[in-house]
Amino acid sequence: MKYLHLIWAALFRRKTRTILTLVSILTAFLLFGMLDGVRTSFANVGKSAAGAKRLQTGSKLSFIETLPQSLQARIAQVPGVKDVAYANWFGGAYQDPHNQVFSFAVSPNYIDQYPEVSVTPAERKAFDATRTGVLVGDTLAKKYHWKVGDKLPLQSNIFPNRDGSKNWSFDIAGIIRATKPDDKQFLQGVVLMHWKYFDESNPYNRGQVGWYVTSVADASQSDRVARAIDALSANSDHETKTMTEQAAMASWMKQMGNISFIVVSIMGAVFFTLLLLTGNTMAQAVRERTSELAVLKTIGFSSQAVLGLVLAESVLLVLLGGVIGLGLAAMLGPIMSAGSGGMLNMPPVGAGSWAIGVGLMVAIGLLVGVLPALRAMRLNIVDALAGR
Amino acid sequence: MGNLIEIRDLAKVYARGKQKVEVLHHIDLNIAEGDFLALMGPSGSGKTTLLNLIGGLDTPTAGTISVGGQRIDQLGAGPLAKWRAANVGFVFQFYNLMPMLSAQRNVELPLLLTKLSSAQRKQNAAIALKLVGLDERASHKPSELSGGQQQRVAIARAIVSDPTLLVCDEPTGDLDRQSAEDVLGLLRTLNREHGKTIVMVTHDPKAAEYANHTLHLDKGTLVEQALA
Repeated sequence: MKYLHLIWAALFRRKTRTILTLVSILTAFLLFGMLDGVRTSFANVGKSAAGAKRLQTGSKLSFIETLPQSLQARIAQVPGVKDVAYANWFGGAYQDPHNQVFSFAVSPNYIDQYPEVSVTPAERKAFDATRTGVLVGDTLAKKYHWKVGDKLPLQSNIFPNRDGSKNWSFDIAGIIRATKPDDKQFLQGVVLMHWKYFDESNPYNRGQVGWYVTSVADASQSDRVARAIDALSANSDHETKTMTEQAAMASWMKQMGNISFIVVSIMGAVFFTLLLLTGNTMAQAVRERTSELAVLKTIGFSSQAVLGLVLAESVLLVLLGGVIGLGLAAMLGPIMSAGSGGMLNMPPVGAGSWAIGVGLMVAIGLLVGVLPALRAMRLNIVDALAGR
Repeated sequence: MGNLIEIRDLAKVYARGKQKVEVLHHIDLNIAEGDFLALMGPSGSGKTTLLNLIGGLDTPTAGTISVGGQRIDQLGAGPLAKWRAANVGFVFQFYNLMPMLSAQRNVELPLLLTKLSSAQRKQNAAIALKLVGLDERASHKPSELSGGQQQRVAIARAIVSDPTLLVCDEPTGDLDRQSAEDVLGLLRTLNREHGKTIVMVTHDPKAAEYANHTLHLDKGTLVEQALA
């Protein structure tokens, strides 16, 4: 710590250059904070312990193809199956087509398959008893100021109702809360309605469901149960593909694109540029201070101490810009989410992102500092003082 | 008083590309403890090289150098750095202060290598600055000081860890006459009142008059020894 003032002073010897470099580092880590949050969110979708015990069965042809509701009873007969629920995509929007909400028409026992979801017994009872009832996620309820007992008008971007319009009206019967903080983002952002009401009210796909959710008694038996479920529809006009919820989510994500690869590629390019830029700054800074470094060695600083000082300066530079950048990302994410009116949902910068970020800062700092530091370490005092 | 510095058959050869240049040859020299010695000679005569060797900034090609009984020609880079920190103070022509640090912080630099506490370092630096008459400019950065004042800060930095030996390379070379005399007067005080042994390279005969002895070097050889 006694050298901190010396390192700090060296860092801000050329204020403008250091500030410009800091802004570049800050921007790179701001971008990292935002993109890594997206990557982490996508990577964690469906990765709950309960998710491993759930199977998802959809059409083998395409996820937009439907399956007969009558399959439920047959799936329930497969050994190892604990319970079977089903759901259909509703495609709802609130007030404005831009305000898309994840809305599903579900079977009465759908919510029982999700122990990570909590609804009060009274609200659950009210939902079960109300044909037009819906359960809404807590995050959505807070965002749009919905409360239990309110009428909820939703526009489906796919399904018309009985009168031919796509405007549907529901009654809010209860609030969905996630039992674990990690699940909040998805589970508290959905609207669940009765499949029966949905099925009876729309003229299409009568008796059809989008997918089945099957709970298995033993996760180690998931593969066998999945094969048995698919065997039920083999060679029919509605062949199925069953996989664990994790695998289904991963497959769905893959259809959207390899988010991790895209994020890592973008950040790789950004950090490579940062490496060159900061490396150049450090090299220039050390070159300018040749005689000062020689004086340090003259008065007794060892070569290793000089190496350490330059490396510390380099790491401090990147840490300073990086921590401010990641801090800004942590602050701006929620502000942007709130300000976008639901169009954007920036995930928070989690502990994992901070750990990777700080690791990257130290690694980049060491990488960009190592050459100038070695140069400083090898400096010949006599030559440096003579300006050679 | 005994000899602080004993140099025997000293030679220094530099390689300049494929060419080898013998800058110093067969130097034998004793410098007594408490002496104030001026080294003079034309450019390229080897006086700065000799000063660098005495100060442990460079190592000889042949011969021996003992300072205070320690064979510094036998020390490796690390021990030599430690030896310099404990035994030698350096004063350069162009002051070589850290531009971004205050006078106080510049003077404290050698003390960072000691186990002194922050408060003790500050106190010692303040004493050194008072000794050179700059205690009131402690918070000023080098750019806010005149050349003479900067050189006095450099002298304070050189003496703050209380070394036995001061090596000064053209300490007045960049100063006007009045500032030069102030600096030389200060060096003489450090020699006479504080017992510092001083070896000073200079081109200026007036500066050499402040020393007790003057040695002349020419083409890498000692040619004359004069009493001041």
